[in-house]
Parts: sequence; C-alpha cells; structure tokens
Amino acid sequence: MADFTSIYWDAFIVIVTLLSIAGCGILLWSQSAHRVPASAPADGTTGHVWDEDLTELNTPLPRWWMWLFYLTIVFGLAYLFLYPGLGSYAGKLNWKSGGAYQEELAKAGADYGPLFARYASQDIQAVAADPQARAIGERLFLTYCAQCHGSDARGNKGYPNLTDKDWLYGGDPSVIKATIMKGRSGAMPPMAAAVGSDKDIENVAHYVKSLSGLSHDPIKTVFGKTKFGACVACHGSGGAGNQALGAPNLTDKVWLYGGSAETIMETIRKGRSNNMPAFEDFLGEGKVHVLAAYVWSLSAEPAKVATK
Amino acid sequence: MSEVRPAAKVIMMYAPREEIYPREASGRYATLRWACVWLTQLLFYGLPWLNWNGRQAVLFDLGARKFHILGLVLWPQDFIYLAALLIICAMSLFLVTAVAGRVWCGFACPQTVYTEIFLWIERRIEGARSARIRLDRQPWTPEKAMRKGAKHLAWGAVALWTGLTFVGYFTPMRTLAGAIGALSLGPWECFWIGFYALATYGNAGWLREQVCKYMCPYARFQSAMFDKDTLIVTYDTKRGEPRGSAEASGDCIDCTLCVQVCPTGIDIRKGLQYECIGCAACVDACNGVMDKISRPRGLILYSTERAMALGWSIKQIGERVLRPRVLVYSALLALMLAAFGTALALRTPLKLDVIRDRGSMGREVGDGVIENVYRLQIMNTAETAHRFRIEVSGIDGIALASPAEAQVDAAATRAVAARVQAGREAAGKGSRPIEFTLVALDDPSLKVREKAVFIVPR
Repeated sequence: MADFTSIYWDAFIVIVTLLSIAGCGILLWSQSAHRVPASAPADGTTGHVWDEDLTELNTPLPRWWMWLFYLTIVFGLAYLFLYPGLGSYAGKLNWKSGGAYQEELAKAGADYGPLFARYASQDIQAVAADPQARAIGERLFLTYCAQCHGSDARGNKGYPNLTDKDWLYGGDPSVIKATIMKGRSGAMPPMAAAVGSDKDIENVAHYVKSLSGLSHDPIKTVFGKTKFGACVACHGSGGAGNQALGAPNLTDKVWLYGGSAETIMETIRKGRSNNMPAFEDFLGEGKVHVLAAYVWSLSAEPAKVATK
Repeated sequence: MSEVRPAAKVIMMYAPREEIYPREASGRYATLRWACVWLTQLLFYGLPWLNWNGRQAVLFDLGARKFHILGLVLWPQDFIYLAALLIICAMSLFLVTAVAGRVWCGFACPQTVYTEIFLWIERRIEGARSARIRLDRQPWTPEKAMRKGAKHLAWGAVALWTGLTFVGYFTPMRTLAGAIGALSLGPWECFWIGFYALATYGNAGWLREQVCKYMCPYARFQSAMFDKDTLIVTYDTKRGEPRGSAEASGDCIDCTLCVQVCPTGIDIRKGLQYECIGCAACVDACNGVMDKISRPRGLILYSTERAMALGWSIKQIGERVLRPRVLVYSALLALMLAAFGTALALRTPLKLDVIRDRGSMGREVGDGVIENVYRLQIMNTAETAHRFRIEVSGIDGIALASPAEAQVDAAATRAVAARVQAGREAAGKGSRPIEFTLVALDDPSLKVREKAVFIVPR
C-alpha cells in the first residue's frame, strides 16, 4: 500500500481485524454454555437472576445455528487469506480490481478479435459493403463519435458534418482511417494583425462570402480581395483550401463555424483551434477500420459501396 | 484457606436438534395435501416443457432481458408488474391467513411439499416411523448402509431433477435436456442446477421443520394476521381432559398419535404454538382413533379460539368470517387485482425512449431553419415485426428531415436517429417542448407518444 510511508497503519489494521475476529470466536465459545449453581432450579431459565427476582428464560437456538456462526469466522479468515484485506497483504490469489478489468478486456478481445481481424484483412470499401460491418460501425459510431459529430453524423458548430462530400483532410477511405487513428489538430491563427484594420477584416469577410456565392456587398468585396493575400498561404489563391493542411475550402456552402459575416469576422480576428482526438490506442486498429468504413459509407455513392 | 466451590451445572445456550420421525397420516387433510403436491409439482415440473408459438411458454430469458409468460413478453421496463404481482401475493397471504390460518404453510409451501415428497421416499426405503427409529439407533450394518445409501440416491435424483427444472425456466428446457444428453452443459448451468438441487436436498431431506422454526420469516409474521376468529388446528380441551382410558376420563386416550404424526414435533394439546404449520396431520390421526373407539370425530379440529371458548357451531364460525380485518384485506386484494388486470390489458406492446443528442444544442441549416437531433430508441415488445411512422408535433411547421418510417423486428429494439427541423421564427428562443408519436402502419391502435425538448441556439 503505497499510500502510507510507515507500516504503522498496516500493523494497526491487521491487529484490530484479527483481534476482532478472535474476540467474536471467544464470545461465541464463552456464551454457548452457562455455569450455574447446582442449586439453581431447573425451570428452563438461564440461571441469571437480577433485581432480586427477575429471571431470563432460556430459549435455545438450534446447535447447527451455532456452527453457522463459527463458519462465518472460518469464511472470514479464508477470505482474508485469499483476498486483499489485511493491511497491505495482497492475498494469496493476488486479486486486483484493475486485474479483473484487464481480464474482461482480454476476454472481449478474444471473443471479438477474430471478427475484427477478418474485416481488417479486407478493403475499407469491401467492409463498407458488408451490412453486418456497417451495423457494427454504426454502434461504434454512436458510442464513440456521436458526442461531437451527432447521432446522425451531421456534425455541429465546430464539428464537421461527415455525411457531405466536403472533407477537411480528404475523404479517401484510407485518409478517413488515418484521421480516426491519429487524430487531427487543426488550427487557424488569429489573422487580425496580418489582414489589417477592422474595416479590412469586414471587407475580407465579404470577399469570402462572395467566393461561395452568398449575399455580399460588392464594394467591400472588391476591397476585401486585395487583403485576401494574407489567407492564400493556407486557403489557396482561389480560396479552395488545402487538404494537406486541413484548411477548409471557402468556395462551397459548408461552414464549420457559420457563414454569416459576423462569424467570419470573428474567425479572422480570433482564429480557430480544433482538435480531433486519436483513437488508435483507445479502440485499436480493428475497430477503427470498421469505423472508417462506416464513416466513408455515409457520403460515398451507394452504387460504389454496393458494387464492391 | 481454601474456599469450597459450590457444585455447578451447565446450561446449554444452543440446543442439539431432536430428530423428528413423522408417522404417516391418512385422512381428509392428508389427501388434500397430496392433491396440492400433485397440482403444484405437475405445474412446476411440466411448465418448462410446454411450448407456445414456437418457443417455451414460460421462459425468463435473463441474457436477452425478456420474460415470456404464455402470450406475454415482459421487458425490464415492465418491472412494475412484478412489484404488483408481489403485492397481490402478499395480500392473498394476508387474507388467507386471517381467515384460515397457516394453510399456505401446511399445504402449498414448497418446503412442505418437498418435505412430503422426501418423506414418502424415506418411508418406501427405510420403512414406517418405528422402523426408522430402530434403524437410526442400530449400529452400522451393510443393510443399514444399503438403505441409507438408496434413500440419499433417490433424494439426490429428485433434487437434481428439481434443479434442472428450475434452471429450465431460465435456459430453454429442451436445449438444456439436449445439452445434458450431449454432456455439454455450461459451467453456470451446472452451478445453478447443482445449487438448486443442493438446496432442495438440504431443505427437504435434512433441515425440514428447522426451516419453518428458525429460518422462515413468514412463519413468524403470520401470527400478526391471526385473531380470535382465525381458523386454527386446535384440541378440544373440554372434551378431551382428563386424558386416559378410565371410565371417568375424557375422550383423549393419550395415544400420542397426534404427536407422532406432527412434522414439527409439537403436542397440539398444549394449545396454539408458533411451530404449528397448520398441516392438520394431527386432525387426521385423531379422527382415525375416534372412529376406532366409536367416539365422534373432532377432538382435534379446525376451529377458532373464540368458537372453542364459546362452544360455537360451524355456522356461527362462518358468520364471523366477514369481519373488518378480512374485509380490508379483501378490498385491498380486489383493488390490486383490478389495477393489475387493467394495466396488463391496456399495456401497449411498444415503447419509445427519446434521447436528445447531448453534444449539440441545435444547429442552423440554411435559411433560418434550426435542426435538433434525437436518438429514438424504439422497443417493439410484440412478437410480430412492425413498420412504424414517426411523427413530431409541438411547433408550427415542425417536421422530420430524416426518414419518417422505421422497421423494427419482432421483440427487438432499434435506435433511429431523427432530425427535426423548425423555423427559427416559429420556434422562438430557448427550449420548446415537442412530442414524438410512433404509430404502427399496419395497426393504428399501436401507438405511443413521448415528450422531448427542441432547443434553439442563440
């Protein structure tokens, strides 16, 4: 027990526990029979007289009941011998709650491992065409992914929609798998200083809106275009984005944080930081493979899935 | 100086058990008890073999969390019915006990029933009461070992069959029987068959009246339902005393047969005792003796305390049955039965849980339209597959954007993601109550509503 630096409390617990058990045994043994003077009347009382004439009727329990009491002592001692309980003594069986959890994990791994191994040996497209694999993938998705991406995988503000054809890092099955395995860390730095004044930021926002055909102020757009140079390193000169960097395409109508002028200005001013955790260690490659197939099947052409 | 210690004696606080060898009784009540044994055991041993619609008629499938009782499939969500059933059982026990004493103990309790079966086996193998007492007292001989061994083997067989039947209520009986034939029982099935067999063997073979006297809580609290008008097995002291065969003595000839037949080893002539399980074996025995000595029956009889004290007739006892205590128990029981029956009859074999996606408050999809996502857990508890239509209401123009129909297999659960859209104008601000309705396409009466909340983000 690493919680204590000396063996004092260890010894304290061991002694108190064992003394208590011994005390129970002694109490049981000493109280199972009473010695009374031979002159005491044989009237079914215990022989205990107090307050001059009060006596106690003896209504004995059956003998086997007494043996049950002794049995509890034997059980207690056997338990303390086999399992942790006496101070820092780990018990003969060396049982640990963490170990029990690991055992269950290992058993589940042995039970379901072959199934996932079979899928892992197949193409992600082939797995996506398997109805059973998709059903497993859906359950995995609902358990591990739905918190952020939603039960319907259509995302939320800041969490990408996985059912459209717009991908930040690419929608190839292998890329989706890599995203789940290793996670993604997308960061857009605050660009206020690079873009310029508040007026410039507003102009750039209108230019960005114009790229995807949203309502925009034509004059602000013209001015904004001149300041968009600060953005091209990541989003490209035409604003089409860059999947290698995870820079969003600004020319479609898909908006991770919102497509209103105010939201775009906020994004430019403060930047955005987005993080998708890595699932490789947590789920293992077998489950991620099935999960990737499910996510891919959400936006892939049904025909493409079916022919595989 | 030496002090003279007074001579002492030892009083034991734990009494050794006195073996009871109940003599076989025959008569009206013994026949009634055997009828109860047959009835309960045919039901218990036979029910798991009965099939219904291609499955076991009564099966408590713990793994699948479905409890089949004839045409009914109960799910864990139906736990309230079990609670109601237990209340009904308790109320029935109260009522029966108030009117007729411990008839449950004497005629229908498994402890009594299995003890009766085990005693029957014991008598066939070891002989009647006196033969058994002699056998137990004599030293071990090959014959004694043979008889004892045969008895325990027979007991073990009945116990194992009982254990197997019990487990057959939880694992399909025919599968279980097949697994035994193929020697491929699972470890847990083995354990529970063994556990229940051991409990039967121990309780009916060894513990017997000890269970009633020292372990059973009902035995003790049933006396709370007793009053002076409760039927009890009792001895007619006025008629019987003084005992003996002399001309001047009463009808009791002190043959002690009533003590010999008693499964709990008491003497009913001492009056009402907590050990008495109301089996009326002593009534049967005494009536037999009264017939032989040409005296009227009923020296030991079913009667009430008040009737014995006042010398009432059966008619007068009957008039006291409808007393406040009995009426209150009856009313409560009738109420519970009516509620239970109504609830069961009106039960819709369809359940719906609506779980709002926790991760998102609600999202904007295009021109001022707000979308919320819900996970609908549809539980089709009927034994036929259905196709359901999902409807949503509560806000003007609210509509489902995801598929409005869902197929759910027989006795299955399915989670369906539902996207619900409403205009920002109509939805207002904050959270709005909405309602989902699920209707079976093939049966409009199969319908369930569930409340939910629609959230409009700022």
